[in-house]
Amino acid sequence: MAFDYDKYLRPGKLPHIWCPGCGHGIVFKGLLRAIDACELEKNRTAIVSGIGCASRLPGYVDFNTLHTAHGRAAAFATGIKMAQPDMNVLVVGGDGDGVAIGGNHFIHACRRNIDMTYVILNNFIYGMTGGQFSPCTPTGDKASTTPYGNPDPTFDISKLAIGAGATFVARTTAYHATQIDKLIAEGIRHKGMAIIEVLDDCPTTYGRRNKFRSVVDMMKRFKELAVPVAKAATMSKEELEGKIVTGILHREERPEYCEQYAEVVKRAQNL
Amino acid sequence: MAKKVALLQGNEACAYGALYAGCDFFGGYPITPSTEVAEVLAKELPKTGGKFIQMEDEIAAMASVLGAALTGSKALTASSGPGISLKQELIGYACIAEIPCVIVNVMRGGPSTGMPTGPSQSDIMQARWGTHGDHAAIAVAPASCQEIFSETVRAFNLAETYRMPVQVLLDEINGHMRERIELPEPGELEILNRQAPPVSPEQYLPFDPSFGDVPPLAAFGSEYRFHITGLNKAADGFPTTKARLVDAEERRQIRKVEANRDKIEKNEEYMVDDAEILIVAIGTISRSARHAVNELRKQGQKVGLFRPITLWPFPERRIAELAGQVKAIIVPEMNLGQMILEVERVTKGACDLHGIGRVDGEPISPSQIMDKVKEVC
Repeated sequence: MAFDYDKYLRPGKLPHIWCPGCGHGIVFKGLLRAIDACELEKNRTAIVSGIGCASRLPGYVDFNTLHTAHGRAAAFATGIKMAQPDMNVLVVGGDGDGVAIGGNHFIHACRRNIDMTYVILNNFIYGMTGGQFSPCTPTGDKASTTPYGNPDPTFDISKLAIGAGATFVARTTAYHATQIDKLIAEGIRHKGMAIIEVLDDCPTTYGRRNKFRSVVDMMKRFKELAVPVAKAATMSKEELEGKIVTGILHREERPEYCEQYAEVVKRAQNL
Repeated sequence: MAKKVALLQGNEACAYGALYAGCDFFGGYPITPSTEVAEVLAKELPKTGGKFIQMEDEIAAMASVLGAALTGSKALTASSGPGISLKQELIGYACIAEIPCVIVNVMRGGPSTGMPTGPSQSDIMQARWGTHGDHAAIAVAPASCQEIFSETVRAFNLAETYRMPVQVLLDEINGHMRERIELPEPGELEILNRQAPPVSPEQYLPFDPSFGDVPPLAAFGSEYRFHITGLNKAADGFPTTKARLVDAEERRQIRKVEANRDKIEKNEEYMVDDAEILIVAIGTISRSARHAVNELRKQGQKVGLFRPITLWPFPERRIAELAGQVKAIIVPEMNLGQMILEVERVTKGACDLHGIGRVDGEPISPSQIMDKVKEVC
């Protein structure tokens, strides 16, 4: 039977703002399938975002939804989770929002290992503002603010998340549609900070400036470059150069922040 | 029964006032001279099951407060000028999204890092205008440790009543000064709590103007699911660019304070009835002014003090009235002329106006005020 997306959509809020060919819709559907698989209760679930194309997602869905300021989603989400540790807290947003202006909040949310699931849609560009380069734009690529090619080195979001202390880190692409929901569901079930990076296409502001003739070309590139994590383990550094390693990149058990704070409360009250 | 008394610093009184008001969430970031507010709450909040979190920066502290407040928490943050500058982005968010919270600003000099351990009142205008866009503002400016306690309680009440951020302005002197205070018994001071919306979840709109200028705010996690955005929005909380809807929402958010000035304003008048010279001062400097009034009265000078306890909205009507009965108004303030601009605006030349400004990290002394009064006479 076809999956019923409607039960999670707010009536009258579609169509969404995303351009034809944008991968955000693929991730959106994956997120809803994951939420469904985890049987998250609507009243007890908050979806928080910052600013950008991806950050419009919460407005379309029937949960407690919070469209915050640019980069601040993880910090708002931390307040919600601390105040209501029993709520399910999800964050969605883009690359510029998450690791440029929101970089400090991103790394500290990872460090605390607070129990939330952050789906970061990495389309290598600031799409909403018209295609300026982000920390994730590949070096040398064109953006509206890198007309001669991007001089900046590129952030690896998943590596950043692992380094900052997130206890579940996974990566996939918009091409791997069925993997998206599985990884997000794994992330939701994980106790602690889960980062799911989804490489995504922006044909409008990134693709057309960087010699992708169509969305299909962009999707094909994701398909060609993706290497499952198990296979990547057998490959040399040179062989992995330019590839996209997909799957669960990192998973560990470490005390979760709200549980740690519950211990603080116990110590304070036993005084 | 004898009152429970304590010797408390202003910042400590602020923290205990917050607890009395039912504060159950603090999100902060360390900054002098406000840190004692956080330190007391780090110790006390876990005892009552409340939450304390030290965030990675000032903006995050403000964000955590807003996130918690949306779940129904009574949330507080404390900072000082440079930190408030950083929080301005999300103070604006709290205004447009109408999220109740309390922000303490223990003022120090500036601009920029300024004099972290020196007193100042240079955030008078920051408290009013410190974020982009049109917005209403409520700020209280207590003078004594006792009043810091009670005004912090009132700040929470105002935040909940008007569904907006409320600032408590202290300065390095009254924040760090210790005084004997009488701790109110539970129930002695009024505590106002958020009410659940009087409609079913299906009917609930987070900015429903049919409830008046302050629509009820439901809590995330309850059965009322709703959407909050920093974009201009319609009554249902969803973004709109429809001119009529945007205009109506913006005007309502200003009106909810303007139309309730009488309930929000709180002033103290000291020997103003026959005053020929009126001093208008807030916070720590109002104490110097009171001393100056007492001394000058002994010398036969008809001097009075008007002290806004609610600094914003500014007590324009009363000051305009008083300007019609005095020869001159003197405005001493630890900055180079902020509150005096507001007094000038509302008195419209009805009397002479003189300022005393000081930004050297020293308070304005009673004798400095007395000298000015004598010079004016």
